[in-house]
Amino acid sequence: MELKKIDEYRWELPKTGAMRVPGIIFTSAAMLNTKQEESLKQVANVATLPGILKASLAMPDIHWGYGFPIGGVAAFDWDSGIISPGGVGYDINCGVRLAGTSLIEKDVRPKLANLVNALYQNIPAGIGSKGTVKLSVKEEKKVLKEGSRWAVRQGFGDDLDIEHTEDGGCMPNADPDMVSQRALERGRQQLGTLGSGNHFIEIGLVETIYDPEAARVFGLFEGQVTLMLHSGSRGFGYQVCDDFLAKMTKHSKNLGFNLPDRQLSCAMIQSKEGMNYYDAMACAANYAWANRQIMMHKSREVFEKVLGIGPKTLALNLLYDVCHNIAKKEKHVIDGKEQFVCVHRKGATRAFPPGHKVLCDKYRKTGQPILIPGDMGTASYVLVGTEKAMEETFGSTCHGAGRVLSRKAAKKASMGRAIQRELEDKGILVRWTGRSTLAEEMPDAYKDISQVVEVVHGAGISKKVAKLRPIGVVKG
Amino acid sequence: MKNPYKIIDHTADFGIHVFGSNPKELFANAALAMFDVITDLELLTGLKARKLHIRADDWPDLMVNWLRELLYLWAGKEMLVKHVDILSISEYELTALVYVDRYDLNRHVINNEIKAVTYHQIQVQEGPSGWESQVIFDV
Repeated sequence: MELKKIDEYRWELPKTGAMRVPGIIFTSAAMLNTKQEESLKQVANVATLPGILKASLAMPDIHWGYGFPIGGVAAFDWDSGIISPGGVGYDINCGVRLAGTSLIEKDVRPKLANLVNALYQNIPAGIGSKGTVKLSVKEEKKVLKEGSRWAVRQGFGDDLDIEHTEDGGCMPNADPDMVSQRALERGRQQLGTLGSGNHFIEIGLVETIYDPEAARVFGLFEGQVTLMLHSGSRGFGYQVCDDFLAKMTKHSKNLGFNLPDRQLSCAMIQSKEGMNYYDAMACAANYAWANRQIMMHKSREVFEKVLGIGPKTLALNLLYDVCHNIAKKEKHVIDGKEQFVCVHRKGATRAFPPGHKVLCDKYRKTGQPILIPGDMGTASYVLVGTEKAMEETFGSTCHGAGRVLSRKAAKKASMGRAIQRELEDKGILVRWTGRSTLAEEMPDAYKDISQVVEVVHGAGISKKVAKLRPIGVVKG
Repeated sequence: MKNPYKIIDHTADFGIHVFGSNPKELFANAALAMFDVITDLELLTGLKARKLHIRADDWPDLMVNWLRELLYLWAGKEMLVKHVDILSISEYELTALVYVDRYDLNRHVINNEIKAVTYHQIQVQEGPSGWESQVIFDV
């Protein structure tokens, strides 16, 4: 596929064939490679869907997904566009949260092993892990309706956590009646669990501050100990996605949509099928927020216990929680006119600018905090949203590093190496559950997160605030 | 058949390329391939039979719906599939007896997690040397 360079950070995939709009790829010369052919085709496929506005967008961490590419952003007209489960992904509201603390490295280093072990023991992780929160179906439906607020009402955290969560940790359109028995069944078992694969809990340190003013507002300072958590809606979200993919494949066929890939199956937003998915997806989004809220609060308790300090001294406060697999009704300016659109972010993060009215008071002046986790051996970034993101990417930016090695290739590359030891030599303590998790998730398996961040920073669709480096990691 | 399936392993994708001399064998091999990826089939004992009835719009849809239903037994019910007996099959429906063992941490191993069966690049076709299918999993 021919890409046309627009500037140092933007490439255009010109409109051809059935594409309704062009594709725009945010990347750099260094990151462009032939391996992207398949994901570029996916960018083009998304551009063929009814109601797509402006462009089919790809962030620099783009890689091959199912149907939509991972790192893809696409907005559809709320009245005449589609909504697609494959444009959100299986792990609905997979996301990241970051908390600061009052601690510095010397406060935790002597007890780091205890801390990591205690996190590992207290927060269920890995394949099929079950939650410690027991739910009746009635109570589960409350979780689905209320999200983070449910968790806080149960004593997992406080109101400030809710304020510092995207959408206050709740999509109000959630309707548990749109969710299958299977999803409910799977969801009941897993609330408060990390999951497996690339999900993690990470103790980190603030290594560099790029934007002192934003960092001050975010409560970040150099040398500070942080806690980052990456997880989603577990089996519940997978089941919701799977159920609606099955329904919509039939639906798309009946409507006569000529889809280049069945995984792109979709429905008009303004149809029963479309709205049912939107309301079921919101249940999974809320489940994920409650899930991360519970795990963060448990981590808080682990810190207090292991370090023998109270909550006030620890001050483990939520900086922000972002989702990076979601579809949302948002107001954006198209051709100079404000209108409602359905923004699909699949492996992309919201990046709202200073002054945006959905932001909480604390961040209204700076813009929205954005959390970009890297691989477990390198770094993570805190960015802030910009006006340029509103103009160009429907208020969106990248979400992480993106894989460069397949899981098998990673396992092969790790043979004869002691990944745990390599990480320990870098001062990073790691605990994990799966037999091959560590090899599959080793740093070499991922793109260089710094390159990804340089692109979004350089393009101006978000700005660097701080860089964190890991010192303790729990993997599922 | 000596090698009823091959692993597909791309950067972000993981799947199976399955073979069979007819649809019945193909669908049975696909089921076994998926559980061979997930677990060590040799360790599955004390089997209980469950009857499944799957409907679909065409062959690829039937393959996805079949594997999706079997994966639900694992992901939703913690049951591992040792073997399947396909009673009847056409392009639009399939009936099978599925022999499962309830997951036991102490007896079984989980080698890989498969989180979903996708439609991505799904293929089911009759080739010159029999039937074959490609299925990509979300892992």
